[in-house]
Amino acid sequence: MKNVPVALPRWIDVALLPVLNVLLALAAAGVVVWAIGQSPLAAVKLLLEGAFGNAISWSYTLYYTTNFIFTGLAVAVAFQGGHFNIGAEGQATLGGLGVGLVLLALDRWLPPPLLLPLALLGGIAAGVAWAWVPAWLQAWRGSHIVITTIMFNFLASALMVWLLVNVLKVPGNQTVESRAFAAGAALPSARTMFDALGIEWPDTPLNLGFVLALLAAAGVWLLLWHTRLGHALRAVGLAPDAARYAGISPQRMTLISLSISGGLAALAGANEIAGVHHKLLLDFMAGAGFTGIAVALMGRNHPLGIVLAALLFGALAQGGSELVFEMPAFTRDMSVAVQGFVVLFCGALSLLLRSPVARAYALFSRRRDG
Amino acid sequence: MDDALLIAASIVGATLRIAVPLVLCALAGVFSERSGVIDIGLEGKMLAAAFAAACLGALGWPGWAAVVGAMAVAMALSLVHGWACITHRGEQIVSGVALNVIAAGLTTVLGLVWFGQGGRTPDVAEAQRFTALFPAAANAVQGWPVIGPLLAEGVLRHNALVWLAAALVPASWWLLYRTRFGLRVRAVGENPAMVDAAGIAVARLRYGAVLLAGALCGIAGAYLVLAQNAAFTPGMTAGRGFMALAAMVFGQWHPVRAGAACLLFGFLDAVAIRLQGVALPGLGAVPVELIQALPYLLTVILLAGFFGRALAPRALGRPYIKER
Repeated sequence: MKNVPVALPRWIDVALLPVLNVLLALAAAGVVVWAIGQSPLAAVKLLLEGAFGNAISWSYTLYYTTNFIFTGLAVAVAFQGGHFNIGAEGQATLGGLGVGLVLLALDRWLPPPLLLPLALLGGIAAGVAWAWVPAWLQAWRGSHIVITTIMFNFLASALMVWLLVNVLKVPGNQTVESRAFAAGAALPSARTMFDALGIEWPDTPLNLGFVLALLAAAGVWLLLWHTRLGHALRAVGLAPDAARYAGISPQRMTLISLSISGGLAALAGANEIAGVHHKLLLDFMAGAGFTGIAVALMGRNHPLGIVLAALLFGALAQGGSELVFEMPAFTRDMSVAVQGFVVLFCGALSLLLRSPVARAYALFSRRRDG
Repeated sequence: MDDALLIAASIVGATLRIAVPLVLCALAGVFSERSGVIDIGLEGKMLAAAFAAACLGALGWPGWAAVVGAMAVAMALSLVHGWACITHRGEQIVSGVALNVIAAGLTTVLGLVWFGQGGRTPDVAEAQRFTALFPAAANAVQGWPVIGPLLAEGVLRHNALVWLAAALVPASWWLLYRTRFGLRVRAVGENPAMVDAAGIAVARLRYGAVLLAGALCGIAGAYLVLAQNAAFTPGMTAGRGFMALAAMVFGQWHPVRAGAACLLFGFLDAVAIRLQGVALPGLGAVPVELIQALPYLLTVILLAGFFGRALAPRALGRPYIKER
């Protein structure tokens, strides 16, 4: 019976199995925490406090969530189009670079309301370009997109190092970073926005990017499930041959899905550069592009799932960084390991529990019927 | 003149040393992918193996025993990969990514807990490390005209693991093209249904190939800690697994050609190190980042220009579902 996909009620496939897979991943992480001599329950308690305890921790959690929503959406749009985009990290890096270059070039000439949209467009253009080349090579030359996007990640970081060291670095300055953007040439922070409403809010990296991320999630949902283009894109992802027969060009859809993917990833770079750092620097994505893979898999490539998964990983990132003070063994790397378990159990082993659940369900429904 | 010779000799030596982990991982990729299982997880397996070798070294295990231990750890990760991809027919790329991320996270977490030096392990003692096999002979020939430095730096000063990696390239070719196991591995990567029809267990063959890949990654990781460096530092594989993957694609899934691609990548890296801060006549200072990025660029160009899917094993990435 093992090879035959059994038809199960929708709630099992859409809700129960994903939740069980996440629980498996968290259990694996719990075993690791226990193995290094810590109490998993105490860790969870501290983690939740660190992530949601007060306005500051909430802000940091949502700031991390912003990146993960963008990169998760990026990976998911490519997945829906039938491609695995491992290059979100590089595309986000280029996105940040594009934003930074526009801001560095024009921040003394244009007022923020004109400058910021332009900078975002510049970032999106750079991210799209960085995804477009591997997409074109996949579509028209058959070069495997997984390999090329990995290569493009390395090329992106080499490009950043070269640009920052040789072109953008402030002469005489020890650290490898560009000059700071002019005051005001930044995405408004949560503090500024709440101030305008008369609410007091702590100074944190949380910025307008979070709102943009939620809008992007809604936009992706509309695009994929309520437009002709989105339908064509998913059709190619599900069955390229059938789509071709229906008059949809798989090549064109590859270019479109990867371009959207690159543009979304670029916005994560914008969140970092225009929203947080206000200057160009090295390695500012810090792996958020790779976290996007875990987020997309956990969110089952659906915008709603992605927002929830991004919140979980945001909480893990923020709570984890607070946890270090209480449990020195528990660093950011623990949350990296958790990401790995999530990718394994929600991605590669997503069918692991399906047949036991199917058997349990069959037993249960037979007993109820009989 | 003598200077040029010395530089050439040291570049040859560095090329070989840099190429060793690439060669081992590329061979690992060849075995796994020729059997039809994509292996993005070379990097993670190598990293976990390096960490294992460092821990065993810190416990005082002799060098070769630490290598075996590192191989065992990498093979355990291979088993996870096989369990997900072969037994449960999961997405192979996703599983490989998972292994990479898990290895990156766990090695650092455990390193911090066990050694508490920011994830770094203590240095492995000199006696446990792999050092030059023939130092006396190397010193003796060093002074010979013309071929002396080349012989010393390029051949005699290498350690046992470099020799092992060099020997494993033809050995892998032999295993893949001249033995029954190799024939079956290649067949199962092209047409698993046919292999199944011949009465050979597809899953067992693929597990064999994947485990072999793990063993090779294990040696690569051990080399990083026991020969090239003296300790484990977080993320020390630094993308070598991906570069090996590129070399494997570049070498068209063929052990000898993949090995040659690794040598080319090693050479580029050795030259880049050499050219750091050197101004070439007529060109000015060469951007080192460009030379370091060349392997990635070359891979993309080769993938784009010369071959695409056509040369990959035909059943690559497809789990085998037995007809009923």
